[in-house]
Formats: sequence, structure tokens, C-alpha cells
Amino acid sequence: MTAFLTVTNLSAALHGYEQRVLRSVSFSIDTGEVLGLVGESGAGKSMIGKAILGILPSAIEIIEGEILLDGQDLEKMKPADRRRLIGATAALIPQDPLTALNPSRRIEPQITNRLVDILGWTKADARVRALELLNEVHIDNPERVMASYPHELSGGMRQRVLIASAFAANPKLVIADEPTTALDVTVQKQILRLIRELQARHATAMVFVTHDLGVVSKICQRLSVLYGGKIVENSSVAEFFDGPKHAYSRALLAATPKYTDPEASLLPVDEAVIEAAAAEVLAADREWRHGG
Amino acid sequence: MKLLRATLLRLLTMSVTLIGVAVVVFFVIRVVPGNPIAMMLPPGATEDDVARLTALYGLDKSIVEQFVIWLGGVLQGDFGTSISLRQPVMPLVLGRLPATLELAIFALVIAVIVGGALALTGVRHRETRTETAVDVANGVGLSIPDFLWALILIVLFGVLMPIFHISGRISPSLDLPFVTQFYVFESVARLRFDLWWDLLKHMFMPALALAIPLAAIISQLLKQSLKETMHLDYVTLSRTKGYSENHVILSEALPNAMLPTLTLIGVQFTFLIGGTVIIERLFSYEGLGNMAIDAVINRDLPLIQGIVIVFALLFTIINLLVDMMYAVLNPRLRHA
Repeated sequence: MTAFLTVTNLSAALHGYEQRVLRSVSFSIDTGEVLGLVGESGAGKSMIGKAILGILPSAIEIIEGEILLDGQDLEKMKPADRRRLIGATAALIPQDPLTALNPSRRIEPQITNRLVDILGWTKADARVRALELLNEVHIDNPERVMASYPHELSGGMRQRVLIASAFAANPKLVIADEPTTALDVTVQKQILRLIRELQARHATAMVFVTHDLGVVSKICQRLSVLYGGKIVENSSVAEFFDGPKHAYSRALLAATPKYTDPEASLLPVDEAVIEAAAAEVLAADREWRHGG
Repeated sequence: MKLLRATLLRLLTMSVTLIGVAVVVFFVIRVVPGNPIAMMLPPGATEDDVARLTALYGLDKSIVEQFVIWLGGVLQGDFGTSISLRQPVMPLVLGRLPATLELAIFALVIAVIVGGALALTGVRHRETRTETAVDVANGVGLSIPDFLWALILIVLFGVLMPIFHISGRISPSLDLPFVTQFYVFESVARLRFDLWWDLLKHMFMPALALAIPLAAIISQLLKQSLKETMHLDYVTLSRTKGYSENHVILSEALPNAMLPTLTLIGVQFTFLIGGTVIIERLFSYEGLGNMAIDAVINRDLPLIQGIVIVFALLFTIINLLVDMMYAVLNPRLRHA
């Protein structure tokens, strides 16, 4: 299998600042593979997804590195071509289903608009596809849902709609940006199962951004641990849960709550470990500056 | 059923508002100093003449009595007789209303187009010099009131570069085939574009003077809400689908961002109609506002009352229309 997405030495910084927020990030994903990006809040996991999809906030710019999507270097493409390539081959499952649907439009166009406007389908074909997808995400009354407005649906339903919308154009890459964080626990499980089901059926490459290692163990084959915008460990999920190589990963794993022993497990990550990780990031920065 | 009840309730509140306006205006203009009868008679009129005329217009009775008589007439569609023009009030007012409506609507159209275009340009090129230029234009538009804009425009396009007419509604030399007072609409309907053009050349400057401050307000608020909307998740999501920036702004952000602006336009449009009073005067435009000023100068109590009631009715109708439009555009309100 060939890597569908390859990110090489990707660095990003706030516009006009030297301090990097992504520090020479490299990873690749094969077709049909799920890569977990884990780390604390602010580690830059969502930022990587945004960089790939070209939706970084305007204050942040990519300062070096390469993103190869389906063999094409995104940074070297014309903006309009890049936009169309991303729209046709990649999709995003957003974090908060309550804010990710346009409140003034019905559900149907929000699922079909990419098919019709970007990929040139007829409205009728797109509608058939949308109904099919809503069935796939186990929505009982797809016709009624398609005619609804977002405020008429529950959070779980909206996330199902967004998943259907993400898979509408048969994307080869899906970036799931903490897709279950905003949902309550029972719904989380269903949504997670659903994402795994669709990913497996469509053999989609997927970047799964989360802070929840429990989720990673259920859905990913490999994972990358981020600290301070730097990948501190790349490993397969099996290896990782056997024993992480990096001290920070070990501390992160140790800090994950376990349902079997909720009291004992709520430990913060050891400060010495964080200091060591921070020092490592700074050392990498020094090296990068001398190298560049 | 629900809709019917809501409509009836709305009509009820509208009539209460109008009655309130009628009461206030009736008593206020009678408390203000000034005697309409004194304005009508030549100097040297005898006490007897004054008393006779006062009795003729019913002004010798108590204010409450006068009000009851007037309100009784109003409920039967009779707003009394103008003291200065010696004609029934309602035909006079209705004859002038179309001129003011056309001016106000023309001004509103200019304001929405200019304000909307400025806001969209500012958002499309946000955080660049173009946005700064839009902000400066908004600031200038807002800081100069409409009557000053009128004077500036008269100097610019009436005197220095005389492109537009500075006085009146239509050139007096033209033969008018019109049967209604809606000259602009009727000239289009009759395909008389020569007349239409002449009307536009008269209306353009007063309408622009009224429109500039409103355009600035629209531009400022719309740009602000668009910029906030552009950060929302559904807008970001539509970017990942492959849409261009223009499409994202126009079809994802704008329909939501324009809702607060719409409410504001409703409120500001009533202010704009208030502004026509002085603007019509400056441009000698034969509308209701100009007539209102004459009525006040002549202490023409029945005419002032009639004009104020018609303005009040207009405002309540505008508010109703805005609420209805808001309900259509915002699906979250439709079931409420």
C-alpha cells in the first residue's frame, strides 16, 4: 500500500513570530489506516488537521515542510486547485456538532452541496446518495431529517449528519477532529462505532485527533504523541499500550482514567516529565535554528 | 389558529400605538404656544372676526371636547379640514405621501446596496488596507448627519458640477400623464423613461443624503457580524468542501450574519423617514415632510395631526414588515 497522505517536516508559526507552534512534524498514513494524534490541549493536534485541510486561522502560517495529498504537494499548488483537490478527496468530521451545521439551511443541502457544487453531480443523484448515507449512519427517518433544520435535531443526530456529510463524496482521507468530545458518554460510544464502521467499509485513511487514549485503543492502528507541537513518539497502538517508549507518553498513559479504578488513576502528569519534554522541545528548536 | 391569534394581537397593539400617538400629538400641539386663527386673519381684524373664525374651527370648545369631536371624525375617516389650505386633510396627506415613500424607498435601496457592498468588500479583504478604507468610509458616513450631506451634495453636484437637479420633484416644464402620485413607479409602468430619468435626477441627491449615514451603519454592523460568522465552525467546514472564499461569504456566512442588520435597518428606516422632513425642505421636494413643516409654521392643527398619524401608521407597518421578514429568514423563529 502507498501512503495517501505524507507530512514531512511541517512547521508552522504565528504570523511574524519566530516561535513555532508546529515543530517539524512528520508522519504518513496509508489508505485504510487510522492514525491517532494525541496530546494535551494546546499540543497542536487539531492544528495539524487544519494545516492539511487548509483551514489554519489567518494568524498562523506554514513556514516550512511538505504535505503530500494523493501524491500532490499542497503547498506548491495554486490556492483554487488545492481547494478543489481537498474538497474532492478529503473531509472533516468536526468537533462540535452543535456549531458545525449552518442554522439557516436545511440538512439536505448541507450534505449534498459538495457533491453538486464541487463534484458536478445532479441534484437527484446527490439526493439519492444523501438518503443512502443517512441510512448508513443509522438515521431512521432520513427523508424527514433531510427536510429539517439543525435546531430540530439532537447533538447525536447532528453528528451523524456531519459524518454522513463527510463520507458523502467517498473521501480517501477523513480528518476527525475530536468528533466525540462534545457529546455525552452514551452517544460517544455509538458515534465512535459508527465512524469506525464507515472508515472500514470505505477503506478511508483517517487522522483521528483526540486526547482520549481509550478512544485511540479502539479505533486507531498507529498513533503519534504530541507535546508542544512536536511529535515525541510514533508507534503502533499495540506497541504503545504494551509500553510507550517515551517518558512523556508513559506519563500520559498513566494519567488516563481507568474505569476499573477511577479514584487511583486521576493523577496529573509528573512535573519532572513535563519539564523534560519541554526541554526536549527547546533543544529541537535550537537544532532547527542551526540547521535552517 | 396560532397565526391568526398572533396577527390579531399584532393589529391590536398597532391600534393602541396609533391611539396613543393621536392623544399625545393632539394635546401637545395645543399646549405649544401659537394661534392658528391669528395666522389666518390680516392685521387689524376685529375681536368679532377672531371669535367667529375660532368658533368655525371648533377651537372655542375645551380641549377634551375638541379631541372627542376630532377622534369621532377620524374613526369615520374624516381627519378634519386644513386651516391653512382650506381643504380636507386626508386627501392632502395622501397626495403627498407617495412622493415621500418613493424618496425613502430609493434612499433605502441606495443604503442597502452601498452598505452591503462596503461590508462584503471589507470582509472579503479583511485585515488588509481595503478593510481599513471601508472603516474610514463608515466613520465619515456616520459622523456627518444627513442634512449636512445634503448641503455638501448641493455644493458638489448642484453648483460645482451641476449634474443633478437641486430643487423639486420633477421639472415643471414637463407634461405629466400620471394618474397616481407614485411618479417613479408609474413612469416605469408607462415606459416613459424620459420622465423616469428626470425624476431620478431630482431624487438622487436627497435620497443619497438620506442614504449615506444609513449605508455607513449597515456597512459597519454587517461587516462586524460577517467577521464573527466567518470564524464559526460551519463556515470553516464549508471551506474544507472546496468552496471559494466568495462563495463561503455569500452563501454560508451572509444569510446568518444579515439577521441583526435586518432588525437595525427596520429601526433606522423609520429614522430615515423622519429625516425626510428636513431633507425635503432643503431640496424643495414636494413630499409629506415639506408639508409638515409648512403645517407647523402655519399652526395648522388638523393637518399636523393628520401627517403625524400617517407617519405613525407608516412606522408601525414597517416594524410589522421587518418582524415578518425576520421570521421568514430565521428558521429558528418560525415555530415560536
